[in-house]
This record gives sequence, structure tokens and C-alpha cells, in this order.
Amino acid sequence: MKLWLPFAASAGALLAVASFVGAGWDAPPVASEQLGFRGTGMFQHKDIETEAALKAANVVPPAPWQADPSGDKASDLYQNVQVLGHLSGDQFNQLMAAMTEWVSPEAGCNYCHNPENLASDEVYQKVVARRMIQMTQTINVDWKSHVAETGVTCYTCHRGKGVPAQVWSSSLEPKPAGNMTSNRNGQNVVAVNAGNSSLPQNALMDYLLGDKPIRVHANTALPTGVNTVGTMETEGTWSLMMHMSESLGVNCTACHNTRAFNDWDQSPPQRVTAWHGIKLARHLNVTYMEGLTPVFPANRKGPEGDVLKIGCATCHNGVQKPLYGVSMLKDYVDAVAVKGSTDVPDFSTYVPGKTEVLGGAATSVTQP
Amino acid sequence: MAQYQNIITPIQVSGPAEEGMPLPRGDSPRTGEPFFVRLFGMIGNAQIGPIYLGYLGTLSLVFGFIGFEIIGLNMLASVGWDPIEFVRQLFWLGLEPPAAKYGLTVLPPLAEGGWWLIAGFFLTLSILLWWVRVYRRARQLEMGTHVAWAFAAAIWLFLVLGFIRPLLMGNFSEAVPFGIFPHLDWTAAFSIRYGNLYYNPFHCLSIVFLYGSVLLFAMHGATILAVGKYGGERELEQITDRGTASERAALFWRWTMGFNATMESVHRWAWWFAILTPLTGGIGILLTGTVVDNWYLWGVNHGLVSPLPDLWPNVVDPAQ
Repeated sequence: MKLWLPFAASAGALLAVASFVGAGWDAPPVASEQLGFRGTGMFQHKDIETEAALKAANVVPPAPWQADPSGDKASDLYQNVQVLGHLSGDQFNQLMAAMTEWVSPEAGCNYCHNPENLASDEVYQKVVARRMIQMTQTINVDWKSHVAETGVTCYTCHRGKGVPAQVWSSSLEPKPAGNMTSNRNGQNVVAVNAGNSSLPQNALMDYLLGDKPIRVHANTALPTGVNTVGTMETEGTWSLMMHMSESLGVNCTACHNTRAFNDWDQSPPQRVTAWHGIKLARHLNVTYMEGLTPVFPANRKGPEGDVLKIGCATCHNGVQKPLYGVSMLKDYVDAVAVKGSTDVPDFSTYVPGKTEVLGGAATSVTQP
Repeated sequence: MAQYQNIITPIQVSGPAEEGMPLPRGDSPRTGEPFFVRLFGMIGNAQIGPIYLGYLGTLSLVFGFIGFEIIGLNMLASVGWDPIEFVRQLFWLGLEPPAAKYGLTVLPPLAEGGWWLIAGFFLTLSILLWWVRVYRRARQLEMGTHVAWAFAAAIWLFLVLGFIRPLLMGNFSEAVPFGIFPHLDWTAAFSIRYGNLYYNPFHCLSIVFLYGSVLLFAMHGATILAVGKYGGERELEQITDRGTASERAALFWRWTMGFNATMESVHRWAWWFAILTPLTGGIGILLTGTVVDNWYLWGVNHGLVSPLPDLWPNVVDPAQ
């Protein structure tokens, strides 16, 4: 008769097992590193197994060969070289070989090129790749405030994939029923870009594409009427911070003394780097990714039809310094650590399969 | 002989059901045929019912149900009426208050917070009616109204969070959303926005009373169980007629910490600690954003913040 007992015991046991295996805990051991003054709780905790897996997944690939900078320029040797014309033929081919490994190791050259006519822009990936090379050059030249001398290459994000694994786009699913029912204010569902929290799910659109103010704190003890943002805006900022935290595999304390989140005087220098990182991601999305919208086919866009965009995770991939801070630039200095032509073509005129040359506004096309 | 040192009550007395005192004319009768559940007897009274609902209890349940339904149906609608998503994301789902731009508008558009206000109205009504019911039932039994006033302390915090403070701030966007994770997120976001509630002295007091309540509850419960074999559970009799249980309990605490509460006063301790938890907490919430905008900076001004060595003197706000 006392059936409830085995039932209750089974339910309890199931719940216990589920909470251990289903909740995604980091099993011990955990490595802890003190970041700030004692007593402030500023620690970086790392799960040792996760860290080992990350170390194995974030290894810099060697250069295909050491490029010879002498010899004829690529612009003299090949047609329709708009951005990399200043390279020697060997440097140019070395970068092409490296890019193939970085971006399309399986599809090979044909991922971007028509094998019948390598100079043609008819494959949309080639148009995108050219713009991405300009982007990489800009990051390495203009954004040392964030990437320092380490710099980035295609591999920092692509990791052997045509589309980097960690990109984001407008996130609105599951959509509310509409009409007079609650529109849920853009939050209160699993926010994939905010650490699976219930914080605003589309906050990256506000901060890494738009430039909604991130700062929410009052700078005076008592109200002065100057700071009108409230708790709702704070949740948006928090959502962005969750994205950064998850992207870098760090806690809040990597950049903040959490007793006063806003106080720069108590913040580690990483916060300054991160501040430039936010501006960088926004600049890349506004200037590079959004502009390419007409070039991408529908299956390369997000569910809402917007272009896939760059977030912190795109480069960082769960590591505080992408690829553990190992620089790949030294093998490709002339290719991606200096700026070539910065001309931007009119992407809206692009017709895939037809446009042979998509030149920049100031480029007189296919000049050798 | 009954043993009270166990997790459960092992021996249960069974007899005719207790019907309670007769109710005066005008009161609706108690509902339901009383029955016994042995399982409940292990953790409390084995007798279930009869329950007194009356019009206050009935209306309170009805209003509470309306509020609960408004919240639940809006949660379901917020995932496009998808029952699978509703179950999968239940802890994430919520009902948000209106945005700041609507100010104190009585009824903003339903989709943009109107439902939140309606649900809050019905829940508040339900809780207030339940409070009156608790008060009236206590008077009916010619008891003191201590339970009602303890409940009122909790209602104070509820009203400060969802109504009084938003009124003072001039908009309902400052109020707490309904929902499991949403209200937790609100709590942390609230602390972050207003410069860390850690430095809010009334928040400190509230925590003291909260943890103090836990400590007192544990001390008292443990003491009574420990003297159960001497009849210590008959606390109230022992207030006036101290037996060996009471003597031993008092002696135990005088030996261990030099002071002891009495069988009577320990309940006053517990009641006041419990009452003061939401009372001081509510004051702390009420002051936040209305008279103090950044508790950390307030703490700096009032010597609450311990100075730290400047570990990173080169870090300056890059926006300046």
C-alpha cells in the first residue's frame, strides 16, 4: 500500500541525477587565479578540462611557406587585384594558399574562384573575401587599441570554416503571438547571445550595431535628474556584458571590481581593451558586414534576413586572448598588417554569376 | 510515548475529527467533511478540513486566479502559443511592466505592459483580501492578530516594489516583472543600476534580520526538539508553569552563551526578526532611486566603503 515511498524515492533520485548530469556544471578541479586586491573577490575561475579542450582547439596553424617579398607585384602579374596589388607574386600566392586553409580547406580555391577565370568576381565569396581582407587590414592598422601588436588574420575568426562558428544576427524567436498579448519587451525567453539568460535577447543589435548608451550608473550619490535610465536599460547592458563574458570565458571580475561596476579607477586594464573591443565590433558590423548585405545570398543571412554579424565570440571563441595571444601576423605582414586600397564598391550593383569585376568607387577596374 | 526528536512524528493520535467552535450568525459555514491523512500527520496535523472560505477567501482566490491566469496566458502568448516552448522555457518567461515612456498611465497598451498592471491590480486585491481574512479569522477565534501584522509586513515590501516606489519614481518600468528568472534578473539589475545595494544600510538591516530569523528559528526549533523527551513541546504551558524541559533548555543556553530567551520571549524575538526583514527591506527599496541614486557613492560619503590600493593607476576612462 505504501507505494508513495518508492515513487517519491525514484522521483528524488531522478531529480538528483538530472541536476548533476543535466545542468552543465563544471566538475572540479577548478583553477583559480587572483586578479585584484585581496578581499574583493576578483578571481578568474577556469575549469581544467574545459581549459584543456580550449587549448587544443585554439592552436595557430603554420604558414604554408615563407614568402619572398621580391619580384614582380601581384598587380602586374594578375588581373583584377584591387586590394593586394602591392604584394610580390610569392607573397600573394602564399596568402591565397593560407586563406584556402583558413577558410575553405575542403572546397579549396573554387570556394571563391571560378576555376576557368580566377580574376572574375562572379563568385560572391570572392567579393566578400576582398572586403574581409580590407577589414582585417583596418583592424590591424587602426585598432591596435584592441588587438595590440598581436593582430588578427582570417583564421582568428574562420578556423577552417566558410562562415565563422560564432556569429550572430537579429534574434527574435520564438515570436510573441502579437495582437493585444504581451510583446515581452524583447526579453524573457532563452537569450542565446546572453549566456542563455532571460535578459534582452537582441541586445547585440543595440550595442554592437547601434550605439545605444551602455553606461547606466549615476555618477552622484544622490539623484540629480541627469541620469534617467532605469532598471530596464540596465538589463540591456547586462545582456551585452553576458555576451562578452561568455565570449571570452571570463567572469565579470576580469574587467570590473564588482563593488562599483562603473568605477574606472578600480578596474583592471582589460576593461579599457574591452571598451575598444565594443567600438571595434560595432565599427566592423556597421562598416563591413552591413554593407555586404546585398552580396550575401539568403541562406547566408540570419532568420530575420539581416547579415550575420561580428560579436566578441567571433574572434575570441571562448578564450580571453584569441588563439591564446599567439600572433600570426609575422608571416603575413605585408598582406594584412598594412592597408591596401580602401575603396568600397557599390555592392548593390553586384549580380552573382554575372559581375566579372566589382570595382571600388575610385578604382579604374582591372588596371594591371 | 511520543518521541519528537525525529524528522517525522512517529506516533499519531486518532480520534473524532475536530469541528472547531461554532460560528456566529452571518458567517458562512465551514466547507468540507474533515478527514485524516496519515502522511500529513507525520509532518503536522493529520486532520484535513473543514476549511473556512467565506466571501473574503472566495473573492481572494478568484482575484488571485485571475492575476495568475493573466500572467500565465501572457507567458504562453509570448512564445506564440507554443505549448512545448511554454514548458521548455517556463522559468525564462515573464510579464514585463510598461516602459518608462508610459509614466504612470493607468492603462498603457495591453501588449506593452497593460496586462502587467491588470495582473498586478488583481494580485494586490487578492492579497489584501486575504490579509483581511487572516485578520478576521484571528479575531473570530479570539486570538491576537500577530499573524496578520506579520503578513502585512510582507505586503508592505510587495507594495513598495510594485506600486509605491514606481509611483515615487514616476513610472511603472521601475517595478518588478512577473516570472521566475525575469524577477531575479530584475533584482540584480536593480542593484547594479543603483550602485550596489550592498551599501544600502536598510538592505544590510534586512539581511541581518533575514539571517537572524533563520538562526533564531534553528536555535528555537533545535532547543524544543532537544527537550521534547521532557515535554518541552508544550511551550505555552511552560511559560507559566516551568517544567524540567524549560529549565534544561534555559540552562543550556545560559551555559553556552551566558543568556537565554524564555519560552515566551523567544517567540517575540522570532516574530520581530521576521517582521523587520521585509519592513527594513521595503524602506531600503523605497529609498533607492528616489533619494539615493548610487549606493556605492553614498557609502563612500558615509564611510561604508573600505579604501583599496590603486592597483591599476594607468586605467582611465577611455571615453574622456
